[in-house]
Amino acid sequence: MRHLSRIAAILLRQFYLIRGSPARLLPLFVWAGVDIVLWGFITRYLNAINPSGHNFIPALLGAVLLWDFFTRVMFGVTTTFLEDVWSRNFLNLFATPLSISEYLGGLVISSIVTSSIGLAVMLILATVVFGLSFFVYGLMLIPFLLVLFLFGIALGILACALVLRYGPAAEWFVWPIPAVLSPFAAVFYPLSTLPKWMQYVAHLLPPSYVFESMRSILAGSPASGIDLFWGVLLALSYILLTGRYFTRIYRYAVRTGLIARYSAETAS
Amino acid sequence: MMTEQSGPLRVPSAMKVLSLVNLCKRYGAPVAVDGVSFDVGRNEIVGLLGPNGAGKTTIINMVLGILEPTAGTIQIEGVDIALHRGQALERTNFTAVYAPLPGNLTVYQNLRFFGLLYGVRGLATRIEELLKQFDIERFRDTKCGVLSSGEQTRAGLAKAMLNQPHLLLLDEPTASLDPASARDIRAKICEFAGREGVGVLWTSHNMVEVEKVCDRVLFLSHGKILLEGDPKTLPHEYGKETLEDLFITVANEPLTLGGNGA
Repeated sequence: MRHLSRIAAILLRQFYLIRGSPARLLPLFVWAGVDIVLWGFITRYLNAINPSGHNFIPALLGAVLLWDFFTRVMFGVTTTFLEDVWSRNFLNLFATPLSISEYLGGLVISSIVTSSIGLAVMLILATVVFGLSFFVYGLMLIPFLLVLFLFGIALGILACALVLRYGPAAEWFVWPIPAVLSPFAAVFYPLSTLPKWMQYVAHLLPPSYVFESMRSILAGSPASGIDLFWGVLLALSYILLTGRYFTRIYRYAVRTGLIARYSAETAS
Repeated sequence: MMTEQSGPLRVPSAMKVLSLVNLCKRYGAPVAVDGVSFDVGRNEIVGLLGPNGAGKTTIINMVLGILEPTAGTIQIEGVDIALHRGQALERTNFTAVYAPLPGNLTVYQNLRFFGLLYGVRGLATRIEELLKQFDIERFRDTKCGVLSSGEQTRAGLAKAMLNQPHLLLLDEPTASLDPASARDIRAKICEFAGREGVGVLWTSHNMVEVEKVCDRVLFLSHGKILLEGDPKTLPHEYGKETLEDLFITVANEPLTLGGNGA
């Protein structure tokens, strides 16, 4: 029960912050919504000028939606963590009985809630306004979302570890991570478009399996179950690795006094 | 009492709330805390005194589990914090001027957040009691970041007492308060400490305050305990008029305190 109470504390704190601040509430869905609107019109335009009658909506708008979902999941974890950085709360927080697994559990559940809000808004806009039908992906939508969710969690934990290790200014490493990964993840084009060395990198990124499978379904071929299985396995492995990395960084921070000094460094 | 000659006063096991044995913290070559051993007993307020950089905050951080000792052990009510951190911290709490409550949450929200982290039973009732006790009911829905420093201190103390700690660590709890508020806060802490089973480790640079509230004081210098004793009698044992004179001597000329009643 105590574990649940501590995880609930992290969630409750995030709820209080979001409820009391439009600056926190709006980004949960506004940027995702803007992306869908922008890409919705781009795909509509592409459909209009394309003489072959190919429908770009499932490939492009679907890819944007899935990639935005992954980004929301990652940022859901990091922003909850950054709230403790911004409010200089590490000393108070880590002097409680809260364990690292409880803390990470709180960050992950908080991300599930916030990214679900973003996903719901994107789904409504994409289907109602631009006619994107998720039936075209069939049941494979579930493993797609699962892989992206797991990888988003893993990257979110990695980002938290980097900020904990390198200080509050390392926040600037965090925001561009999805943009840096997107060319390798082959979000909008087939993997074969990439040069060989980028393809090697892509094979290490779980989202690349999702987007390849998505395009495969849209091309009329079945998605490769093995590929998606690899995607899930890779993403789970990254969660384990980044979780261990965060714990290691935390122990380093406790050994070197980084946690104790973090407030002062944040203030500088 | 020169502790290097006679060793620290130890409290019988059953009466100990906190026990430090040969605690060391090194950052490479520099030594922040050097073989410190002492106990805090139940119903005892122990003053941890010393100039800036003497190692007081380092010791408090180690007791709170946010800084790992290089050597030595810390036990809270017999529980080793290195082995059972969560259990040891359940009945421990602290407040410090450098660790304010998150300014983007209201007083109530902060108390609820930390109450859940500490697993406080009957949290809603406990929060109401503390809001009343520290006279911050009117700030219940005010964000902590906009409170005056005195009000923030009260909110921080309310958080420190949320889980009815058996070990309370106070790092300069009255540093930002006016004399009237400081006296009021001191009275509240002493009343809390007077309850069964509570031990307090208190750091302060206000020697008048220390003399009033502490049952025992430990003078730290360069990471070592240099002197230990009753704050009312210790200055005279070293030929000083006041505790403040003794503090200044510890800070400026620690080597001159080589013998009892110098």
